[in-house]
Amino acid sequence: MAAQFTTEVETVPETGGEGGARLAARGVTVGYGGRKVIDGLDVAIPPGVITTIIGPNGCGKSTLLRTLTRLLKPAGGSVVLDGEDIAGLRTRDVAKKLGLLPQAPVAPEGLTVADLVARGRHPHQSWLRQWSSDDAGVVERALTMTGVLELADRPVDSLSGGQRQRVWISMALAQGTDLLLLDEPTTYLDLAHAIDVLDLVDDLHESGRTVVMVLHDLNLATRYSDHLIVMRAGSVLAQGHPRDVITAELLHEAFGLRAAVIDDPVGDRPLIVPVGRTHVRLDP
Amino acid sequence: MNGTDVNPSVAPGVRLGRVSFVWRPWLVLVTLLLAAATFLVFCLSIGVGDFPIGLSRVIATILGRGEQVDEFVVMELRMPRALAGLVVGIALGVSGAITQSVARNPLASPDILGITGGAGAVAVFLVTVSGGTAAAVVGSVGLPAAALAGGLGTGLLVYFLAWRRGIDGFRLILIGISVSAVMEAITTWLLVRADIRDVARAQAWLVGSLADRSSDEVEVALRCTVVLVVVVAGVAFQFKPMHLGDDVAAGLGVRYTRVRAILLLCAVLLAAVAVSAAGPVPFVALVAPQVAMRLARFPTPPMVASGLVGALLLIGSDLVARTALPVTVPVGVVTAALGGPFLVLLLVRANLR
Repeated sequence: MAAQFTTEVETVPETGGEGGARLAARGVTVGYGGRKVIDGLDVAIPPGVITTIIGPNGCGKSTLLRTLTRLLKPAGGSVVLDGEDIAGLRTRDVAKKLGLLPQAPVAPEGLTVADLVARGRHPHQSWLRQWSSDDAGVVERALTMTGVLELADRPVDSLSGGQRQRVWISMALAQGTDLLLLDEPTTYLDLAHAIDVLDLVDDLHESGRTVVMVLHDLNLATRYSDHLIVMRAGSVLAQGHPRDVITAELLHEAFGLRAAVIDDPVGDRPLIVPVGRTHVRLDP
Repeated sequence: MNGTDVNPSVAPGVRLGRVSFVWRPWLVLVTLLLAAATFLVFCLSIGVGDFPIGLSRVIATILGRGEQVDEFVVMELRMPRALAGLVVGIALGVSGAITQSVARNPLASPDILGITGGAGAVAVFLVTVSGGTAAAVVGSVGLPAAALAGGLGTGLLVYFLAWRRGIDGFRLILIGISVSAVMEAITTWLLVRADIRDVARAQAWLVGSLADRSSDEVEVALRCTVVLVVVVAGVAFQFKPMHLGDDVAAGLGVRYTRVRAILLLCAVLLAAVAVSAAGPVPFVALVAPQVAMRLARFPTPPMVASGLVGALLLIGSDLVARTALPVTVPVGVVTAALGGPFLVLLLVRANLR
């Protein structure tokens, strides 16, 4: 089913430079009303893998994601999508290449799952051509892939948090892009539902998509990402595979957190065990 | 119709040549029924009066197959009032549907956003401070023009005051309520220090009434409304994803700041046109989109149905004001009596959630 879905993805020619990255920030500076949140940051998103941006509160992770999706306009530098400056592209053309799920989106009360996911087709529609059988097919496959097809007639507000997040991801999927940017997709979800959603994100990656997300939970980020971008105070502190990046020293430097880094008993990535002031048997 | 091979839960589409859209039978049915009901009440409103005319004769006359006797009464005497009700009702309904959708809040209607208040203040200023002489000179065109300018000016003022790196629905409503209060204070102040004869004239206008409309006035309002509704219909497609919030809309390729500015401008102009033609008729713009949403079982205010409910509500209220009550009252009294409790109901429902 996953393989069938990849046929919907637009194939875009590889562009040179930055290790084949389709999305990259070059020296971007972003601020809110004079206060710089990000200053002269360079980052390239590797294709075909899951990249997760982590960092302490207020370090500019969401700001970076919003800049990469053109929700924020950088004061300096540029964001490059498929070799072109994203600022010069038409909003609609960006939407055909790059799917976005903002943090904690809200649907109008009573809007059904099928209607919400159908809105994902908007970049491919026009005033005259507002709905086609192609659209219906893509929407149905997006619903199937995220496992919410049987909920299609239900109002979104009647669903549980985990189901609701699946529906929103389904909408971003219906957009038919192979680049997906998710801003904290596990916000407000309990651990079981967070794992469920991240497994789904991994399915999307397996079907050939490039995923960029912001996550709060370091262990989930380590488990589910192939590439980590660790930020602190508006700049990139480290980036690379979790196995290479996650060390006790880095965690202390980035978060001011004392932690032990051990082998994950069930996974092939490191596991972070935080050390607080109390309830600790031995010093690492 | 196509899409038969797709799961029935996914909306089926309709294709007419190069045009295709989602097929929503219930919405279409409700809209058609509303259109029929509006036409019926429109004809009923023309038939009622000192010289009653039966429904079939009214319809025949409108279609140009009536008798000479009815022709004058229907087309010359009563048509302007009924047409004013239709146009003002549609303008208010569509205007309310836009403001409620943009703010994503059922309380955001032109009344609450200060547009009607601003139109009222400027119109009262013209009637009272200019001593009535200026108003008399400018004639009947003066008052509607002043109301239009006042409504537009206040709408823009609210928009710019509420602007802070974008428009937030809740801030729009709070600023609107504040500006509305200021405009009402100005109106009261003008009325207190004005000549008593001007006050009577201003008061009559402030209640909102469809009586004594000239066909010229109605024609201006009709033309403005048609143009604005066409613009709204043109932008409506780009507006669809905006119900999901600014970020999602931007992700789906919508330049939401521009779309929202165009739509809000249309909403302000529609409300101002309505106020200039009939005075600040209260609550129609607030109630119509909410009623339309519930009838059509639609999660957001449907534009066409909202306009039709607005017209139905306004012409219906005017009919009640003229016939069902022991004394003839302006239509604004009836819509206020209906709208007040409805607003309370909306607030109670919002609080229960």
